[in-house]
Amino acid sequence: MNSTRILNSNSGQWQLELRRTSDELLEVSCSGRWCLDQDLPLAEAVLDTTGDNLQRLSFSTEHLKDWDTGFLAFLRTLLSLCSARAISVNQEGLPMGVHHLLTLAAATPQQKASTHHRAQQGLFFQVGQAIIEFGRGAPEMLHFLGEITASFGRLIRGRAHFRASDLWWEIEEVGPRALVIVSVISFLVGLILAYLGADQLRLVGAQIFIADLVAVGMIREIGALMTGIIIAGRTGAAFAAQLGTMQVNEEIDAFRTLGISPVDFLVLPRMLALMLMVPLLTLYAGFVGMLAGWLVSATIFDIGMFEYYTETLRALKLKHFLVGLSKGSVYGIMVAYAGCLRGMQCGRSAESVGEAATSAVVTGILLITIVASLMTIIFYQLGI
Amino acid sequence: MNSIPHIEVRNLTMAYGEFVIQHDLNFVVNKGDIFVIMGENGCGKSTLMRALIGLQAPALGSVLYDGEDFWKVTPEEQARLKRRLGIMFQGGALWSSLTLAENVTLPLQEYTTLSARRLAEIVSFKLALVGLAGFEDYYPAELSGGMKKRASLARAMALDPDILVIDEPSSGLDPLTASRLDDLILELRDSLETTIVVITHELASILSIGTNSIFLDSETHTMINTGNPREAMTAGDPRVRHFLTRGAT
Repeated sequence: MNSTRILNSNSGQWQLELRRTSDELLEVSCSGRWCLDQDLPLAEAVLDTTGDNLQRLSFSTEHLKDWDTGFLAFLRTLLSLCSARAISVNQEGLPMGVHHLLTLAAATPQQKASTHHRAQQGLFFQVGQAIIEFGRGAPEMLHFLGEITASFGRLIRGRAHFRASDLWWEIEEVGPRALVIVSVISFLVGLILAYLGADQLRLVGAQIFIADLVAVGMIREIGALMTGIIIAGRTGAAFAAQLGTMQVNEEIDAFRTLGISPVDFLVLPRMLALMLMVPLLTLYAGFVGMLAGWLVSATIFDIGMFEYYTETLRALKLKHFLVGLSKGSVYGIMVAYAGCLRGMQCGRSAESVGEAATSAVVTGILLITIVASLMTIIFYQLGI
Repeated sequence: MNSIPHIEVRNLTMAYGEFVIQHDLNFVVNKGDIFVIMGENGCGKSTLMRALIGLQAPALGSVLYDGEDFWKVTPEEQARLKRRLGIMFQGGALWSSLTLAENVTLPLQEYTTLSARRLAEIVSFKLALVGLAGFEDYYPAELSGGMKKRASLARAMALDPDILVIDEPSSGLDPLTASRLDDLILELRDSLETTIVVITHELASILSIGTNSIFLDSETHTMINTGNPREAMTAGDPRVRHFLTRGAT
């Protein structure tokens, strides 16, 4: 049986000639340019009309002018197809370099778990998986809470290891350096509150009570809430990114191997810094908000400055400060916990650092919202 | 015979502000060379590499690719020259959010119009060449350090570059894998006529694959030897011999 089939490229740069010199033998002749910039044929084209009798395949490349990975990839697929059909291949006709590179590529066996996929799943599957993962994560969160508690126990007994300079650095980072953003947001929130109150109180001619609304609102609730959210976005994310990067660089493992608790050394200073600074920031946010309300009332709604000041003093009670400060403290703890937890849980890649930072903010805000609701109910029940 | 060198470095000085890392570097890399840049830790090997691949402008001097001064041509021409380079970074520098197949595919998608089927064949071949057949769907975080390096080499080879620049190929690899990588480098040079610039201080690699080299000295802040590293071992500058014989001479 003698037959010849020729395939050409549209550009005329390569040619594939398939010569069937007998039932068992197919001679594959490649000529011209077999490079990546050419529309090369698929390897299947060589075998698709050969029938079942083909037993041997050989190559001829005398007229092959230029080749690169495109040719190698074509040949590798062809060899794989021949292997699957038990066709023996004689590679002697291939250029020496091609033969060597194909041998090198075949030197390491194919990884068996080649079906390792992160397949896209349906919405219900993803929701279910998220719930299961949250369920699995709960013990881990409790374990971390336990570790932090034990670490505070060691701190009280004077046996916790961390550097004072780290604590001071964290205090500076989470406190004074956050003043600008806290000032801006609190001022604007105070301003919004004053406008909102003025709009409603004007209906009953009681605009002077803007002072009560802004003072009690900012000191008792909103100052703490806004500070908590700002700190969650600013500091919580930073904590997670810092600890996450340390996790990627195996720095946390290095602490463990030296017998130093990473919770003492890394988490404790961050927790302490936020516990100390967030109440102060909350108080500061409250005063900035009141200042905004005062300016709006005096300049827009013609309320006398002294009058506003007196009304503010009358409205504010110690309990409002205590409620605000207690909420601020708890929010600070929640943010520090969420940031450090997500940082310590971070994986080993750059991508997981980003995920840890995002997760820290989401967890922090979620915890703040839950705790804010619970504390509001408790304070109401206690009549505070 | 083409008289223009493939890569030529003329009077190159690299500095960070006032601090000069290396000065007055002059050398030529010919087509088909496996050119080794060697020297002690901190001597400026990686800084030189960054100047060669267009990541850091030199303080003075020129880097010429086939006669074109990289740092004097337009950004478009620089981009064209960069496409002729394949870079394997010391730490791999694989994109962590992409699988190995996607890492290798990205440059091919960017610069060719190959079909998805053809891309898959090429990616599979490149990964097989570096001993990672079947790891297409793995993420870099799931690989060992050595595997990351090899995957990075597969990505660097994706576009069949004229010039491969490889930073510390063997560090962190077991001897067999390192030797296999050396074989691959030799095969790439012989089969695809790729010019290879290797930054390394692995003596076994330097002596087995290097055809030409320079030695950067950290005391004088300039090159003190050029030529075949095997010859430098016996007849080169005493400091180079000291380095290449691990202090035995």
